[in-house]
Amino acid sequence: MRFRRLLPYVLLIIGSVIMLFPFIWMVSTSLKAPFDIFNLSIIPENPTLANYIKILEESMFIKWFMNSIIVALITTISVLFFDTLVGYIIAKFSFVGRTVIFILILSTLMVPTEMLIIPWYMMSSEFGWTDSYWGVLFPGLMTGFGVFLMRQFMEQIPDDLLNAARVDGMNEYAIFFKIAVPQVWPAISALGIFTFLSNWNAFLWPLIVIESPSLRTLPVGLSFFSSGEAESQWHLIMTGATISVIPLILVFILLQRHIIKGITLTGMK
Amino acid sequence: MEQFKSPQNQNNKTTQVKKEKTSLLHKFRGNLRYQKYLFVYTCLLLPIIFYLGIRILPTLFTFNVGFRDWNLLSTDIQPFVGLENYVTLFQDEIFIKSIFNTFIYILLGVSGQLLFGIIVALLLHKINRFVGFFRVIYFIPYVTSIVAISWVFQWILMGNGIINDILVNLGFSAQPFLNSPDQAIYVIIAAMIWQSIGFQMVLFLAGLENIPEMLYEAAEIDGATGWQKFWYVTVPLLNPTIVFSAVIGTITFIQVSFTQVINMSMDGSGGPLNSTISVVVYIYQLAFKQFDMGLASAATVILFLFILALTIFQMKVLTKKFDY
Repeated sequence: MRFRRLLPYVLLIIGSVIMLFPFIWMVSTSLKAPFDIFNLSIIPENPTLANYIKILEESMFIKWFMNSIIVALITTISVLFFDTLVGYIIAKFSFVGRTVIFILILSTLMVPTEMLIIPWYMMSSEFGWTDSYWGVLFPGLMTGFGVFLMRQFMEQIPDDLLNAARVDGMNEYAIFFKIAVPQVWPAISALGIFTFLSNWNAFLWPLIVIESPSLRTLPVGLSFFSSGEAESQWHLIMTGATISVIPLILVFILLQRHIIKGITLTGMK
Repeated sequence: MEQFKSPQNQNNKTTQVKKEKTSLLHKFRGNLRYQKYLFVYTCLLLPIIFYLGIRILPTLFTFNVGFRDWNLLSTDIQPFVGLENYVTLFQDEIFIKSIFNTFIYILLGVSGQLLFGIIVALLLHKINRFVGFFRVIYFIPYVTSIVAISWVFQWILMGNGIINDILVNLGFSAQPFLNSPDQAIYVIIAAMIWQSIGFQMVLFLAGLENIPEMLYEAAEIDGATGWQKFWYVTVPLLNPTIVFSAVIGTITFIQVSFTQVINMSMDGSGGPLNSTISVVVYIYQLAFKQFDMGLASAATVILFLFILALTIFQMKVLTKKFDY
């Protein structure tokens, strides 16, 4: 009986070790001196921060980090603003062309991003958008998924609430921001987290559109760093990996309740 | 509270000007409608431009390029060649290989992540302490950079890396892992599953919590065993979650397969011997290494049809109606 009660814990602990081991090994290697990395002890015998100092001084990790934050933040703000607004309008107004516009937006969900990179690339070279923040940003400024999600949530807001505000003489913009948006905050924050994460991790498009090393986002920078500059210098590669992984893990642990709730919320829709 | 007060004021005003009531109301309504339309169309202006210019037209453009001989390096003319690109692709061994691999990635990857996601969720559902703690641990890989973690896996699985060291110490022989054309693709799939278990776990945990306890009790009275309860109560009721997870998983795996393969495969482009190449990796090579936009576009069209067919198939096969 006792065994049956403990078994799930035992299995979960084994799983946890598998989940965490790569991170532990990554951090461990990053704290070792080059001659020490093939010494396979988990706790470094002579821990050193030399790799971190070297990377922060000699490569552009801080720059890449900032680039990623800028790109992910601007995209997220844009997606949240436009997707929420469009979702609201489609859910709560009847006007000429509503169905057509909604179908138009939904149809973009069927098209994988991979299919669009070629025209986007040609567009960017034509308009001189390559190698700029705008070039990285523009494809992600709005998403069909977000519109769909926000429409689902906006539909649940009672019309009476909005009409009451109208009778009050509130203008439509104020109604949107002050009445509608507060009603769907959980959905908005979930969409925000998703958008931020996927842009933070975006690899294919930034890889194509960025040429100068100083404009690379963190994933692209790390990839070039690991296969180029730091080739086979695993202590440096692991240090770079740690720098790009740990901040996000810390943010996640701080916000985990919201993030997990957000995923549950969107998954159930 | 303010919003409830003010309608009364409005009412008082309208009773004061009783005579003008009808015309005022008329004006008020007309004005409202005008305001609404103004609001709707100004707000939709930018989104419409965006969806047309950045999504719809480029999609149509890709179809067009796929029918042309369009190489960025060679000439300025892009003659219409009909289905030639498609014929070339289906005679191309590497392309066929990449389609086949993508299929393996999705088949094993998605079913693997569903399976482990359900297992972890069921285990978490059984325990009542440390649930939050375990949930955080299993979810951590999902929020970490795929590029970073791919390089960590390369390092762990190296010929003289830690995993091989453990294997040798346990008396097994060292494995080539990513260096072997037979093993590399499965190693990459394992890494993909490892990263997405947490996401699936959260979805399934929510699904499990929505199943009413009553149903299990009823099954128990009917004499169902633990396994029968799982198979006849849990699985059918999780069905919507399973469909959702499978569809989302498929779409993300197709994208992730690029990032992961570029960063995990030994030569950074789907090796060894193209054993890990995915369609997206091959499209990338065609378009941005050989600059053959026609061929690459045709390949993306095939990818599009592939995903479309798969999604429809999943919806049809996985969505079942259950009666209670």
